[in-house]
Amino acid sequence: MHDETKSRADILQSVRQYNPGPVEMPSLNREWIAYADRVQQFSDTLQFVGGTCVPVPDLAAVRAYLQNFEPYTAAKFVYSLLPDVIESTRDIAAISDPHDLEAIDLALVPGDFAVAENGAVWVTDRDLKHQRAALFLAQHLTLVVRRDELLDNMHQAYQRLQFEGVGFGTFLSGPSKTADIEQSLVIGAHGPRSLIVFLVG
Amino acid sequence: MATKHAGAAALFVKNDERAHWHDQALWFVRVKRDRAAQSLPEWETLRETASAIKAHTMSRLGDYLEEFERNAQKLGAHVHWAKDAAEHNEIVLRILQSHGVKKVVKSKSMLTEECHLNPYLERHGMEVVDTDLGERIVQLLKQPPSHIVLPAIHIRKEEIGDLFHEHLHTEAGASDPKYLAEAARQHLREKFMQADAGITGVNFAIAETGGFVVCTNEGNADLGVSLPKLHIACMGIEKFLPKAEHLGVFLRLLARSATGQPVTTYSSHFHGPAPGGELHIVLVDNGRSAILGSDEFRRSLNCIRCGACMNTCPVYRRSGGHSYHATVPGPIGSILSPARDAKKYADLPQACSLCGSCTDVCPVKIDLHHQLLAWRGEIGRRGLLPMSKKLPMLGLAFLLKRPWLYSLAGRVGRWFMPLVPRFLLYNPLNAWGRQRELPKPPRHSFRELYARRNQKPR
Repeated sequence: MHDETKSRADILQSVRQYNPGPVEMPSLNREWIAYADRVQQFSDTLQFVGGTCVPVPDLAAVRAYLQNFEPYTAAKFVYSLLPDVIESTRDIAAISDPHDLEAIDLALVPGDFAVAENGAVWVTDRDLKHQRAALFLAQHLTLVVRRDELLDNMHQAYQRLQFEGVGFGTFLSGPSKTADIEQSLVIGAHGPRSLIVFLVG
Repeated sequence: MATKHAGAAALFVKNDERAHWHDQALWFVRVKRDRAAQSLPEWETLRETASAIKAHTMSRLGDYLEEFERNAQKLGAHVHWAKDAAEHNEIVLRILQSHGVKKVVKSKSMLTEECHLNPYLERHGMEVVDTDLGERIVQLLKQPPSHIVLPAIHIRKEEIGDLFHEHLHTEAGASDPKYLAEAARQHLREKFMQADAGITGVNFAIAETGGFVVCTNEGNADLGVSLPKLHIACMGIEKFLPKAEHLGVFLRLLARSATGQPVTTYSSHFHGPAPGGELHIVLVDNGRSAILGSDEFRRSLNCIRCGACMNTCPVYRRSGGHSYHATVPGPIGSILSPARDAKKYADLPQACSLCGSCTDVCPVKIDLHHQLLAWRGEIGRRGLLPMSKKLPMLGLAFLLKRPWLYSLAGRVGRWFMPLVPRFLLYNPLNAWGRQRELPKPPRHSFRELYARRNQKPR
């Protein structure tokens, strides 16, 4: 068994032998890409990565959309963090073991904001807590983001992000996918087979 | 005698159809990368900014390592330090054993490949399942990945069909990627559900917050660590960024350079353990601090493992990743590998035409082809060139130092070459002539023509 304290000291000492003096840190404060029509850009990009953007006026329209969405109407296990929109089919608050989320057919989860340049939505475990596996176990995932929370680019995203109290957060862009067999794109690798982002407002 | 790389490459190109397919498949990825890069007017600014952030980070790496450790510990993570692969493997095994782990799911991590973690854990009785589809394929084939982003890029779908028929009981002869990927999904879902622990790599770690980011398209890293209670993240000490805002630059570059996507499907930020779980972060040196000390090769540590240099490399595309006999193949691997073991990988810097295409696409502006050239010199100085290179080099040096001899040799050659029978000229020592015709010797050398031109009255 090696001595980790010694390894730590050795590595730090070895690393510090390179000491070039101050090397300036570049500033990120400049004009980055911005889009005249953010919704269009977000929608096009999300489509490019296999997802669907559905702009809706309000949450009632989300419910109306889902009532005509086959993966929802056929779902046996619906997982919803927005009970005002649709109800979960189980008492999810009572689920303590994430393994019990395996059979989720459709999940509805709120996202904090979205990014136009890459079709990503920032989703955290603030409401999911120990159930963040729901994001990846669900066969179909639907996200709700306010339209006025749509940013141009990733630099704006990190300006507003803070990680205090956010143990887990992910930029989620499209359904899960793989191209590991002869570079053929297959949607639905381990996670959701489809992704809808409702832009509300 | 051919070098190791040249020998393996010769085998690879023997299958002409496959070699061309491989070349085209990777070029297709390169074209997608170009399209993604060109969609951003600030692409070059991003590359320059990324390079400058890395230069700054490396200048204070010790401080950032300590800052990260402090912040990660504050969040409740355990931070471990490993000088080399052996220490890394030992740490991971100890953590797993202390939790009574039998089954581990793993997402892609070139570091654990470098440390040969899988066979080590298997020797200690653990089941280790690679969950990235490409990695699972090569794991079942008992092969190493041939590419750092596309681990199974060298394998045809029919072969995967046969493999899955044997291991996952898919229909015999089935080779539809959709069908095979679905079978893998079901098979790996089961593994995820049974796993006692999840191991991931790390794409970026943030000193300021003590968190780290893992990028996947399949969602396998996320699934692998959100079901079991134990998460072990293994990372090289070069993966640091000072602040979270720097991720904006690097996440914009990574997927666009790797596969031409605007961003990976999942860019997951982990800060501390999951509720009720346990998080261990293993920081590994394994030769990195030595590279940091080298003015010539330091910048190779800036690599974010996007694979763009492989996709564009004319040698990689035509020789396959396995011909590099190293964990990281291609241009960047031919720089990192000799830094680890110059003798073993002395052939790799020669597996390069110095065309510079890798340098042009590198998102963090590593001067790859300059470093490859520098390695050639270094390997020569250390006396590690094989005789097949050393002797001709000595001969050439002798010749080029003596202009009169050079001129004489040229004259003799121009007179002699056309007279020699073909079998003598294209002898086994003439590697150039193996797939190529020698040029027809001109009647006069440049020097002769130049001298004559100057004699002529204007």
